[in-house]
Amino acid sequence: MPIKQLSLFVENRPGSLSAVCKILKKENLSIRTLSLADTQQFGILRLLIKEYDQARVALEKAGFIVKVTDVLAIEVPDRPGGLSDILEILDRHKLSVEYMYAFTFGNDDRAVIVFRFEDPEGAIKLLKDEPITMVKAETLFK
Amino acid sequence: MSPFVIPNRIFDPAAECMPRTERAGFQATHLRRTVEQARKIPFYRRKFAEKHITADSIRSVEDLQRLPFTTKQDLREAYPFGFFAVPRSELARVHASSGTTGKPTFVGYTRNDMKIWAGLCARFLVAGGLTADQLVQVSFGYGLFTGGFGLHQGIERVGAAVLPASSGNTQRQIMLLRDAKIDTLICTPSYALNLAEVIAAQGIKRGELALKFAHFGGEPWTEEMRCAVESELGIFAFNNYGLSEIIGPGVAGECAARTGMHIQEDHFLVECLNPETLEPVPEGEEGELVITSLTKEACPIIRYRTRDLARLYYDPCPCGRTTIRMSRIKGRSDDMMIIRGVNVFPTQIEEALLKVDGTAPHFMIELTRPGNLDEAVVKVEMRPQEFSDKMEAMHRLRDNISREITAITGLHFHVELVEPNTLERFTGKAKRVIDKRNLSC
Repeated sequence: MPIKQLSLFVENRPGSLSAVCKILKKENLSIRTLSLADTQQFGILRLLIKEYDQARVALEKAGFIVKVTDVLAIEVPDRPGGLSDILEILDRHKLSVEYMYAFTFGNDDRAVIVFRFEDPEGAIKLLKDEPITMVKAETLFK
Repeated sequence: MSPFVIPNRIFDPAAECMPRTERAGFQATHLRRTVEQARKIPFYRRKFAEKHITADSIRSVEDLQRLPFTTKQDLREAYPFGFFAVPRSELARVHASSGTTGKPTFVGYTRNDMKIWAGLCARFLVAGGLTADQLVQVSFGYGLFTGGFGLHQGIERVGAAVLPASSGNTQRQIMLLRDAKIDTLICTPSYALNLAEVIAAQGIKRGELALKFAHFGGEPWTEEMRCAVESELGIFAFNNYGLSEIIGPGVAGECAARTGMHIQEDHFLVECLNPETLEPVPEGEEGELVITSLTKEACPIIRYRTRDLARLYYDPCPCGRTTIRMSRIKGRSDDMMIIRGVNVFPTQIEEALLKVDGTAPHFMIELTRPGNLDEAVVKVEMRPQEFSDKMEAMHRLRDNISREITAITGLHFHVELVEPNTLERFTGKAKRVIDKRNLSC
């Protein structure tokens, strides 16, 4: 049930992001969502792409350092306290969030938060009986 | 311009003004003694045997040409005390210089070596205006580095008073300069420029300082830097040269004429050679300085390849000294960097990177001087095995590299992680350093 996420090392300089996007365009690949964690000097670009392995091969061929990691996509109810309720469940299971980012998708603007846990498979097991909707790759990249 | 003239004083006229022919005889005698002393060191005993050299066969200074060279690598391989010619009981002091990798190079001094060393520092200090009634602030670090203690002893020999401020803490340095009415300052030239800048920024007026002279060493500098620091502080600044492998400060220093640094030829034979062919360069042309000690007991050294590039001047100096003079250091014939007065080799950075991750990635060192102080950046290419999607892990990697570099060099380097294959590749010997400090004269 985890989603495959690509992480890239990029330097913080003009043109580094567009270089990545050009390669994906050439491969005719679409980015579902992205997040950039940056410092003054470098950044980590995280991408969700359906054909992640094709993207990885193309990016690595172009000289980028790419890492594939499992993340969980959790649907958040669009109401006050929606995220709070989810985080409360995570806290109860002592699941520490390495990082997270949010996006919406689909015609009905469903809100999804991508969570990176140290042990994604372990997190799935812990959360399987909880009132949490995990979005599968098939749904996310429909 | 500075508001007073520099008096022409000579500390040891008998030695410094000795007629050249007489000195040549003196040098030959001491070269013979040095070869004898050096035979106590296994490295030289082996080299002399290979070349059939005996002390008795040394008749004149020209015989120097037959003697073997000594390199930093030779000293390193004999770590820790392989180049000491006297037993421990005869040592009075041990200093160390930075090595090309983590281990330093030790140098030892007997009581007699110490006495000579203090006298050599006294020579250039007096040539540059020091008198017994002055108070001198030594802002060199006191420690393994030969600069602090070397100058300290020289000042005491002259009979002047020392204020051993040591390095660092600029605010306190300025307070001491002003409140103690310091006459002479000893530091690196870039640090003096930094002091001048802070003094100006704090609105301290020229009249509040009593400073008249400064002696700079420990790193190469330029005439432009001299002009700047002299006009900003209203002083005379003098250049001196030395290196710990030879003795420390005191190998050469400027006189009031300031037309090159007088080499203390009764203690050192200095050759100027083409670093490729190791043949002498034509008189007055730039070459690598190769130095032989003539009087050292604990660590006699023969034809040491300093890797420092300079020129030698043989024409007479108006000051009356008969010794030959050397130019400022114009550069290096190896890849050693001098950063904030500290010698650093790219191999040391490589060693630090190896400690972080087993194999060293591609890296490049960039040196700049944004104000008056050196900044060092090391750019390190990322590799897949070190990359993490977690920022915390990336920061940890960067901090580990930085810490290892500091542990080995004693200096702080800014670490920049860069994309793979973005640093220049070299087919021959890698050029690891980009120096943007404009230090060439």
